[in-house]
Amino acid sequence: MNADSQMGDYRTQHTLETFSFLPALTQEEVYEQINYMLSQGLTPAIEHEAPAQAAEHYWPMWKLPFFGETELSNVVSELEACHRAYPDHHVRLIGYDSYTQSQGVCFVVYRAKSW
Amino acid sequence: MAKKYDAGVKEYRDLYWAPDYVPLDTDLLACFKVTQQEGVPREEAAAAVAAESSTGTWSTVWSELLTDMEFYKGRAYRIEDVPGDKESFYTFIAYPLDLFEEGSIVNVLTSLVGNVFGFKALRYLRLEDIRFPIAFVKTCMGPPSGIQVERDKLNKYGRPMLGATIKPKLGLSAKNYGRAVYECLRGGLDLTKDDENVNSQPFMRWQNRFEFVAEAVRKAQAETGETKGHYLNVTANTPEDMYERAEFAKELGQPIIMHDFLTGGFTANTGLAKWCRKNGMLLHIHRAMHAVIDRNPKHGIHFRVLAKCLRLSGGDHLHTGTVVGKLEGDRASTLGFVDLLRESFIPEDRARGIFFDQDWGSMPGVFAVASGGIHVWHMPALVSIFGDDSILQFGGGTQGHPWGNAAGAAANRVALEACVKARNEGRELEREARDIMEGAARHSPELAIAMETWKEIKFEFDTVDKLDVA
Repeated sequence: MNADSQMGDYRTQHTLETFSFLPALTQEEVYEQINYMLSQGLTPAIEHEAPAQAAEHYWPMWKLPFFGETELSNVVSELEACHRAYPDHHVRLIGYDSYTQSQGVCFVVYRAKSW
Repeated sequence: MAKKYDAGVKEYRDLYWAPDYVPLDTDLLACFKVTQQEGVPREEAAAAVAAESSTGTWSTVWSELLTDMEFYKGRAYRIEDVPGDKESFYTFIAYPLDLFEEGSIVNVLTSLVGNVFGFKALRYLRLEDIRFPIAFVKTCMGPPSGIQVERDKLNKYGRPMLGATIKPKLGLSAKNYGRAVYECLRGGLDLTKDDENVNSQPFMRWQNRFEFVAEAVRKAQAETGETKGHYLNVTANTPEDMYERAEFAKELGQPIIMHDFLTGGFTANTGLAKWCRKNGMLLHIHRAMHAVIDRNPKHGIHFRVLAKCLRLSGGDHLHTGTVVGKLEGDRASTLGFVDLLRESFIPEDRARGIFFDQDWGSMPGVFAVASGGIHVWHMPALVSIFGDDSILQFGGGTQGHPWGNAAGAAANRVALEACVKARNEGRELEREARDIMEGAARHSPELAIAMETWKEIKFEFDTVDKLDVA
């Protein structure tokens, strides 16, 4: 047999954009990313969606973006509340940048339980 | 009182050297590095550049008296030493706005870098920078989409995008080429790119390439759940062919096409950019031929001028060099023109080679593309140098992976995300590069193999075109 037994096979992954190629972030790591977002003056916002619709641009918003929020713990408790309310949805955290009119940060914090 | 006609040859400086002139906000300003022939005074050489790039000719002509030359002429208004260089000097020239057709980069360049570059009294001449007045900027369309719209369309936030040029750059059949695209995209790249040399050669005609690539993009997108694209090169021999290819890319539902703006020319580029705006298509811009024009520190056009011209002419991405890879690029100078591509106001900063304040008003920004001889070990430096609004393209550094394109793509994606995460945590990417990369590789066999494969490669030659410093 000539095939190189050392060679690995790459299995295609269904992924969720930024940070989805890393191992799931620990709680501490998620906090560090939230702190970064807040230190950049971005407005935190939370969205959630069922995996089957996750490829669409719009996910339902959890409440409204948290304008003027600067406390890590408040963002964390909203994320947890959203996850509790929608355990079968992905939950992502967004950092709105009103200057660029874009999102400075966007990553999935909780993946749907069934996913 | 009316002037009298006085035939003959006058010294340029009598008319075109104006040290007391205060430039208007509407003037187009240029900085040239001039190396004159021996015996030619600086003021005369500077005035000659102003004259020959605007209204002047070598002899007085009677018909000048039919107009108001004071209103139309360019003026050399300042001369400065070049730090560390005794034989050359900088001259600053102000051109009245009405010398240029609205929205026409072609017209600006034909004047500023036209006949004057062959002028005998000069040994060398280099256009270092142009300040485009906001009044001119507002007559140009600029990037078809720009950074913000592209991020929204592709759903990529909080990180640079990841790409690769498909290799080998020439000789693949369309189906095999599409295979290479598919493997890169399923592995985790956001975008792949036609090599600039790929147009419509006998081995792979453009329709076939477009169809196979479109299937590769669609399938990778469906399987990964992420938005993907491939820059379909529509650069062609005639504008008609170019538009035909662009239309077909649109018909196939593809998000992005590409063009080579210097070999194709500014007329073609501006036309294509307008087509892209109208048709909702993103436009990637390659820069073949730039080094012919911009590499000599004494003669030609600095790349920051070509970059500004491209932003005005229209493009959503532009190659800027990598600083760290196989191609030429000084770090401070590169950061200077990267800002010129992306920001809305860029102040004068000689330490980065920026000679003028530049106000772009509402013109969209252009993604900086770092491509050429880069691999995973460069990732921490690239993320640190280029920041989020960039596209990092690893050609050999993806497809040269021992396990193939998909594994190579995954290795780069893991490295990229690890670097962005570390940066956000406040870590110093370049100083802690090894630690960050080795930590990421513990969870990714693809990255571990890539790091082993490319650990020895360095590109450490000195830069030829450096910033002028004493």
